Amino acid sequence: MKMFTWRFVRMWQRNRDVFLRLWHAEAPGFVAEPVLVLLAMGMGLGAYVGMVEGQSYIEYIVPGIIASYGMFSASFECTYGSFFRMEERKTYDAIIATPLNVEDVIAGEIFWGATRAMLTGSGILIVATIFQLVHSPWALLIPLLSFAGGVLFSSIAILYTSLVPSFYSFNYYFTLFITPMFFFSGVFFPLSNFPEIVGRISMVIPLTPVVIISRALVSGKVDAGLLGALGIVVVLAVLFFSVALVTMRRRLTV
Amino acid sequence: MAVIETRNLTKKFKELVAVDGVNLEIEEGECFGLLGPNGSGKTTLIRMITAVSPPTGGEIRVLGKDLKSHSRQTKAALGVVPQIDNLDDDLTVLQNLTTFARYFAIPTDEAKRRSLEILELFQLEEKRDSHLRELSGGMKRRLLLARGLINQPRIFILDEPTVGLDPQAKHLVWRKLFDLKSQGVTQLLCTQNMEEAATLCDRVAIMHLGKIVSQDSPRALISSYVGDEVLEIAFDFEDRVKIIEGLTASQIDFVDAGNIIQVFHTSRDDLAGVLADLPARLRQRTATLEDVFFGLTGRALIE
Repeated sequence: MKMFTWRFVRMWQRNRDVFLRLWHAEAPGFVAEPVLVLLAMGMGLGAYVGMVEGQSYIEYIVPGIIASYGMFSASFECTYGSFFRMEERKTYDAIIATPLNVEDVIAGEIFWGATRAMLTGSGILIVATIFQLVHSPWALLIPLLSFAGGVLFSSIAILYTSLVPSFYSFNYYFTLFITPMFFFSGVFFPLSNFPEIVGRISMVIPLTPVVIISRALVSGKVDAGLLGALGIVVVLAVLFFSVALVTMRRRLTV
Repeated sequence: MAVIETRNLTKKFKELVAVDGVNLEIEEGECFGLLGPNGSGKTTLIRMITAVSPPTGGEIRVLGKDLKSHSRQTKAALGVVPQIDNLDDDLTVLQNLTTFARYFAIPTDEAKRRSLEILELFQLEEKRDSHLRELSGGMKRRLLLARGLINQPRIFILDEPTVGLDPQAKHLVWRKLFDLKSQGVTQLLCTQNMEEAATLCDRVAIMHLGKIVSQDSPRALISSYVGDEVLEIAFDFEDRVKIIEGLTASQIDFVDAGNIIQVFHTSRDDLAGVLADLPARLRQRTATLEDVFFGLTGRALIE
């Protein structure tokens, strides 16, 4: 495996510049939608649910919405977005003919996906704070968590992107991987509601530890037990990041 | 000094040998043309020389350094104009250049200055803030060339730079390439346009089925393979066999190009006498690189 270098910043800057030109087209998906889901589920469904683990339902789902919409941002960026740049526009081919290598380009993509996750997570956090749903100063660490989760989900996404032949392949990714995570990672209901087997499976899917940490930061119930969840996020992120660099080099330098 | 050297360079894709033991030496300051039919391995060869595709075997030295161990340094000194437009559609014309400059770590102010200068050079300054979708095909191609010069490359590598351009734009590009050569920039030009190769290139190599079948100056290639003049014989269809038999009997080399027959090396003394006896309409013309190309790579489609 070859390492990336500081030159990844150039790729990141390229994506940032494009985002700054086009952000108004993307904003509804990543800020408006989660806020709508939060309000609809929290107020609508929440009226029937009552209290969950000692919180109002809308308060209960805030941390999970932050974590999962961060995941969506990173995943869209590094599947459809990256595939489009790679195959349709041949942007990667143009850039790897400059002093940037494949690893720099891919690291730039992953860190940009993570930045998008951070923007999304922070945006939802601000809205939730305005609605007085956040009560702990630990929540200031949410942007950092969103970034770390973003690195993880961008890495998984770009690894998948490096292996697939066409746009249609992403239907599988979202239907069979991302959507199930959204529902079975403790975002909308405690995992203890499910049969034990579901709970166990849930513990090994990558969104769950991110939701656990997010919940602790937003509610302020932070303890040493979180280090386990944090460890899982970091280890998985490093692992998928590394594999993605290898598979992308294989795909791009034929 | 040779600025690009390849030794026994080979690239295999599973069973297919795309580039087969190519040896090249491109001298500093020359314009070197790479000609060959589609699928002859030109683009694969260029991708290896630009450090985008790793060779299966052999060596590449660019600017005296082994490419494998100095790929970044080498890429910094190359300007690459690809065959397929890979401009950044999400950015404006000017941003395409400044963003590309950033990949070469050119400071922002300098990048802007150079970008504006290059846009002017390619007569695109009025389009600086346009989106790419507002550009015509010819403008995009010029922008692609402009982008390749942003790092002031010592070696400029172009893959079919004038495909799809109108004659005006084509001549603008040729003039720029000519200017660059006079500034000492080495050029490796991959083309299917024989006129382009004959106009711009000091030397050309003809590739066929992954191998270089011949290389020399265009003039020398023409005189050794074709001679200075080509005699084209037109005929009524029913006389075709008679003409072919007549030429064969007199041991004259000819190429059967279907509706006409071409005779190369027309300096043979008895030629006029032989042809006078045949029912042929004759036309003499200057030999071109295209004649050499057909002679070396055949008339059949390869792909």
